Amino acid sequence: MTEVFDGIVVGGGIVGCACAYYLSERFPKVLLIEKGPVGGGSTAAGMGHVVVMDDSRAQFALTQYSQQLWNELFPQLEPSCEPRSTGTLWVAADEEEFSHVDGKRKLYESNGLRAEVLDTKAIREAEPHLREGLPGGLLIPGDSVIYPMTAAAWLLDQARLRGAKLLQGRAVVKMGQGKTTLDDGTTLDAHFVVNATGDRAQTLTPGLPITPRKGHLIITDRYPGYVRHQLVELGYLKSAHEMSNESVAFNAQPRATGQILLGSSRQFVGWDPGIDRNLIAKMVARATEYLPGIGSLSVIRTWVGFRATTPNSLPLIGSLQHDPATLVAAGHEGLGITTSLATGKLIADIASGVESKIDRNPFAVSVEVKS
Amino acid sequence: MPELDRFDVVVVGAGPAGLAAANAAAGFGARVALIDENELPGGQIYRASRGSISASVREVIEDLSKKSVVRFDGSTVFEAPSDGVLRLWGPRGTQDIGYRSLVLAVGGRELFLPFPGWTLPNAMGIGGLQALVKAGLDVREKRVVVAGTGPLLLAVGAYLLEHGARVPIILEQAPLKDLALFGAGLVRYPAKIGQGISLGRHIATRLRAGAWVERAEGSRAVESVTWRKGGKSFQTECDFLACAYGFVPNVELPQLLGCEIQDGFVKVDDQQLTSVKGVFCAGEPTGIGGVDLSQVEGRIAGLVAIGQDDQAEALFGKRESWKRFARSMDRAFALRHELMELSTPDTIVCRCEDVRAGDLVAWESSRTAKLQTRCGMGPCQGRICGPATQKLFGWTQGSVRPPLSPVPLSALGRPLDEIEN
Amino acid sequence: MTVRINGKEFEVSPGTSVAAALLNIGYSGFRRSETGESRGPVCGMGICLECRVQIGGVRHVRACMVTCQDHMEIETDA
Ligand SMILES: Cc1cc2nc3c(=O)[nH]c(=O)nc-3n(C[C@H](O)[C@H](O)[C@H](O)COP(=O)(O)OP(=O)(O)OC[C@H]3O[C@@H](n4cnc5c(N)ncnc54)[C@H](O)[C@@H]3O)c2cc1C
Ligand SMILES: Cc1cc2nc3c(=O)[nH]c(=O)nc-3n(C[C@H](O)[C@H](O)[C@H](O)COP(=O)(O)OP(=O)(O)OC[C@H]3O[C@@H](n4cnc5c(N)ncnc54)[C@H](O)[C@@H]3O)c2cc1C
Ligand code: FES
Repeated sequence: MTEVFDGIVVGGGIVGCACAYYLSERFPKVLLIEKGPVGGGSTAAGMGHVVVMDDSRAQFALTQYSQQLWNELFPQLEPSCEPRSTGTLWVAADEEEFSHVDGKRKLYESNGLRAEVLDTKAIREAEPHLREGLPGGLLIPGDSVIYPMTAAAWLLDQARLRGAKLLQGRAVVKMGQGKTTLDDGTTLDAHFVVNATGDRAQTLTPGLPITPRKGHLIITDRYPGYVRHQLVELGYLKSAHEMSNESVAFNAQPRATGQILLGSSRQFVGWDPGIDRNLIAKMVARATEYLPGIGSLSVIRTWVGFRATTPNSLPLIGSLQHDPATLVAAGHEGLGITTSLATGKLIADIASGVESKIDRNPFAVSVEVKS
Repeated sequence: MPELDRFDVVVVGAGPAGLAAANAAAGFGARVALIDENELPGGQIYRASRGSISASVREVIEDLSKKSVVRFDGSTVFEAPSDGVLRLWGPRGTQDIGYRSLVLAVGGRELFLPFPGWTLPNAMGIGGLQALVKAGLDVREKRVVVAGTGPLLLAVGAYLLEHGARVPIILEQAPLKDLALFGAGLVRYPAKIGQGISLGRHIATRLRAGAWVERAEGSRAVESVTWRKGGKSFQTECDFLACAYGFVPNVELPQLLGCEIQDGFVKVDDQQLTSVKGVFCAGEPTGIGGVDLSQVEGRIAGLVAIGQDDQAEALFGKRESWKRFARSMDRAFALRHELMELSTPDTIVCRCEDVRAGDLVAWESSRTAKLQTRCGMGPCQGRICGPATQKLFGWTQGSVRPPLSPVPLSALGRPLDEIEN
Repeated sequence: MTVRINGKEFEVSPGTSVAAALLNIGYSGFRRSETGESRGPVCGMGICLECRVQIGGVRHVRACMVTCQDHMEIETDA
């Protein structure tokens, strides 16, 4: 059994599946290895907001590129992937926050994206359940929402239709120099191997600067129309960037089912899977500040997930300097559902030695990795 | 922040096991809390009827109020936020209560197996229909087909007749010879035999053993059922179908507390102690055994919870004999394989999300099925479809997360009470 | 004691649950399922969530777990 694969992708989260999707367009022999269910890691825990994020120029480019790719795929996606063009409504809590809205609008527009400033009246018309008297917000109509688990499975299904293979139920214990060792001792050969194991990527590629950052989510019963856009407080980026131990920001997503998915929290507590009730209480309080009536809605479940965080908040996408056969596609923090497709494209470009549509340098795995 | 109200013993569930536990513990002066989701205590079998407590437990409950038992009626334990603390949602909103010992007497629920038409209105559980009658449903002159398995079938058949329903047939899936065996087993248990006989006279003419519902038909609600016996199908018209296949334990709260689960039940030792320190479990969650076993288990748990180990030990023999009885019931009412093959691809399995049997065959576990089809993701969180898919596909059930049952978001909005030192 | 169901007044006897009251009046479907099927109570004990109705303006309330109160406003969806 000396089959040599063109490429092996380790990890069947949405990022690994997107890598397999684009790699299989260019290489006949692609194998994806997933130890558990496809899309069962962070992908199953996240919100599925496909959003162009302006926290840095590189992030903007990656998210915008990825959103274009999602838009291209939307017509083909299975209905179970629940693609919905909800847009994002960035909500200003006070005049101070509102004073930054126009600058944000200009930034989106200068990058060719639609953006619309809503005043106090317009924002209530757009979202009647928001608190009265909010100064306004910024509507980005191009953003959308998907259902991450089925979308990941769909990407992998397409890759398999093009000939990619799936090896499920086996964990990779070692990878490097084109060799991949499984937990049953088997070693597989490939021209390149992609580490797409999300918040666990540093176990297979020691030295990657990835830290898990825990997030809590709350989901309600069905209330169609209660919230119409993905609502995010303008303070969200501040909360996401603050490297403090704990932060909470208002984030409410209308699911295709009519349910409301409420975020968001960020905590550095390792991989502790427990639910922090006091943090949940803070999230509820935060949500109630913006949506005063939401307390009466029926909640059916709470859960946690882990974001793979990097020091500069950008994902690691590239090959190792000392081992070019090893590619990394990990560290997507709170944006991996959005940026999965662009990541897959970039990985496929690197593997086939072609230029990418966006600058790859900001994502390069430049840290010195000891092996 | 308010200080935590802490009890010596907290009992969750005010059915036979919980009442026995609360009574035993309070008998020795312990400060006891008794929590139940229903507006009045009694549990399933002694459920209050039209607003008044069942006669069978009235005395016990009056007794409790003379002792130091605080009742939390109409209160749902929806999470276990930290060691020694439970969180309730009830008439006073969200409340945290603390315990030194905890007795989980959370009971069981009916097992439903999907068949075509089982989602039609007026097709419900056996205990389900009985509970509704106790809550005021008028079944006079209504034609009710009772179907499924186990002693409840006969008990509810008789109950419905007493309440004026017409019960054309009672379908017991178990074959007759095993039922006869079960009857023989009853002789050894004097307390049970009375129950058995008084049922017998009412129902003998209506009972069909080795028979089961194949499907239910109707446009806006159930109008008839097609059932099978001896290789032939029959049709019977009805206004209600009461159909369930025995019980499954409510293990969600024990699971949330970290109690070890073995073969689907909460694992307990001789003293009804679970794998978690200070947490006892009694009644259906430890094994489906009926009211008498639940009571003696509850009593043992309540006694050990306050350190009366010797008193508890004196009850071990009694518990063993009820356990033998339970095992004979299990054998007599083992489910036939035909019941697992009733659904067609478009039969709904997950009622909350309308996931059909045909959508589920591709998946290897409840977790993948959940992620890809939403099976078990709805507001009942797999309470109904979980046990069904376990029987149908052998899937183990998924993880439990708070809230244990749906509560208003505001219920989660309260920070934890301060715990003194 | 009277309750209003979908805007109409009905007489109910005290101690009756909302679920039993609805069935007595002739509503067997309480809610619409995801694919539009009409559904009514199944478990009678708060577990299946099939009996959800709107009570006093609050949606998704389990009709089997609530006792009718005078002038209660109940709304079904099927
Ligand atoms: C609370 C929360 C909310 C979020 N909201 C959003 C949002 O709204 N929008 C957005 O774009 N992003 C969001 N995210 C981020 C997003 O979910 C993640 O960035 C994304 O899912 C990462 O995907 P992944 O494929 O890298 O990782 P994962 O989904 O974790 O996949 C990694 C896979 O690798 C497998 N694996 C690991 N080790 C091995 C091994 N040794 N061998 C074989 N397989 C292995 C795992 O089983 C897993 O399936 C959110 C995240 C969280 C936690
Ligand atoms: C957009 C979106 C919408 C959602 N909507 C709903 C919804 O409507 N209803 C709903 O219920 N859920 C919903 N979810 C939640 C989601 O499907 C899962 O429940 C989520 O992945 C996490 O849930 P959980 O942590 O409760 O665990 P689950 O996904 O239920 O299970 C966790 C699994 O991890 C395993 N595990 C945990 N720790 C370990 C360990 N240390 N070692 C080995 N195995 C371990 C467990 O055995 C278990 O199988 C939604 C998710 C998303 C992304
Ligand atoms: S009938 Fe099942 S919850 Fe009410």
